[in-house]
Amino acid sequence: MGYQKRIAIAGVDESDEIGICEGKTSIMLHAEAAKNALRDAGIDKSEVDGLFTAGVGGMAAIEMCEYLGIQPRYMDGTMTGGSAFVIHVEHAAAAINAGLCNVALITHGENGYSRRRMRVPTGRMAFGDPTSTFGQFELPFGIGPAPSAYAMACMRHMHQYGTTHEQLAEIAVSARKWAQLNPKAFMRDPLTVDDVLSSRWIAYPFHVYDCCLVTDAGGAVVLVSEERARDLKKKPVWVLGTGEATTHTGLLTMPDLTTTPARESGKRAMEMAGVTHDDIDVVEVYDSFTYTTLVTIEALGFCKPGEGGAFLSGGRTEPGGDFPLNTSGGGLSYTHPGMYGVFIIIEAVRQLRGECGERQVPNARIALVNGTGGTLSATGTVVLGVE
Amino acid sequence: MADYNKPLPVATPETEPFWQGCKAHELRLPFCLQCQKFFFFPRRFCPRCFSWDVEWRKCSGKGTVYTFAIQHRPMAPGFEPPYVTALVQLEEGPRLMTNLIEVQPDPENVRCDMPVEVVFQDVTGSVTLPLFRPAR
Repeated sequence: MGYQKRIAIAGVDESDEIGICEGKTSIMLHAEAAKNALRDAGIDKSEVDGLFTAGVGGMAAIEMCEYLGIQPRYMDGTMTGGSAFVIHVEHAAAAINAGLCNVALITHGENGYSRRRMRVPTGRMAFGDPTSTFGQFELPFGIGPAPSAYAMACMRHMHQYGTTHEQLAEIAVSARKWAQLNPKAFMRDPLTVDDVLSSRWIAYPFHVYDCCLVTDAGGAVVLVSEERARDLKKKPVWVLGTGEATTHTGLLTMPDLTTTPARESGKRAMEMAGVTHDDIDVVEVYDSFTYTTLVTIEALGFCKPGEGGAFLSGGRTEPGGDFPLNTSGGGLSYTHPGMYGVFIIIEAVRQLRGECGERQVPNARIALVNGTGGTLSATGTVVLGVE
Repeated sequence: MADYNKPLPVATPETEPFWQGCKAHELRLPFCLQCQKFFFFPRRFCPRCFSWDVEWRKCSGKGTVYTFAIQHRPMAPGFEPPYVTALVQLEEGPRLMTNLIEVQPDPENVRCDMPVEVVFQDVTGSVTLPLFRPAR
């Protein structure tokens, strides 16, 4: 199982600015991030022969090719929500391994914050097709944006395993402490467990600080074949293992609300990479909500089901702790434009290259990235490493 | 009823019998004759065994709250917070997304695994929604 050839991540970056980017459309943020990631790789746009994107709606891949002005020989518009970009890494690696492309570009961009003011309709989750499964069996009961459903999954975990509000709050506090070390992070003010617990309810059991930000941001990743990786200006970050999995779309058909398909995608990626949990130096997972972090860490097998609350408590995930987790500050405090998965790849690559300054995890050699999309519906896992 | 302003479901040929059942104040779910089990959401086939030998059967309307949330924001048009969304585990097996009514939207009064029963609410002349309340 796995790739016969070695695949490297050659470049990563965000858009020119992230946070609040007034006057920029989503597709502009895609292009800025692509420009910056290609510059980071030292690769010209003309070399890009594979394009991977969840797009901005419609015909994702071809719209992005047209906009960027490229005619690649391989394209992929896989759309699995926020996990799409992590899954794109697997698809890009497979395409490069098969010789179908040599330089793969993954792009994302969303003006999640500014489009509210630009009065752009917020799309399918807000006003779904009334004949869809969601439109018939969830929306008429007041299920809408992500917090409304994720809160219900979290509630089951709390009931079944005794997970507490305090344990969830610690996850938000840990993310904020990392964000305070990241100059690009959107929220950098101090945050305590009490601040989280006294903040307003969004959807019980979630306080506002259990929920991710809504920002504007773009991100991009460039992958290349081993041959192309030989003369990169920065050291290549190798794709050691990948996995993807899905179990459902909406909460209605989610088999078990207390785990995620990371159980499968994580196992596949770690087996392919030939690594165990103890080999991993830094973990970057999708934290749309504090619960997403908790349930993902359990599903990845870092601890047993139900033990995530205790496992992640006591400050061990914070800067200086023995389990460095979401070191950019995460979707909770760094950035989250709507679909966040590309940013956990960017942060993992920066950690492995040793580019993270104050928040650098010492001697980070192997990173595990897991992205979640939909309603805990589809996950991608990638294990990355440096020599 | 005339001023109902929340999103309404629109039935498809696959789901029409479910909504017709609601209108008749009966909870009817698709049943696989191969697996001898109910499933949901409605399809012309069983998503487990892919048998197309399925029929509609009446259910008891009794179940338990598998999970819930108290929504403090209007998550969909027309909803006034706080309101309770719940996934109800029906005694026949499948789960339904619904609202809990006739209960205070407060974690003191709503809990996972509490027994509930269906209440049909005729929200327009053509649409009836299956809501749930604490079992009596």
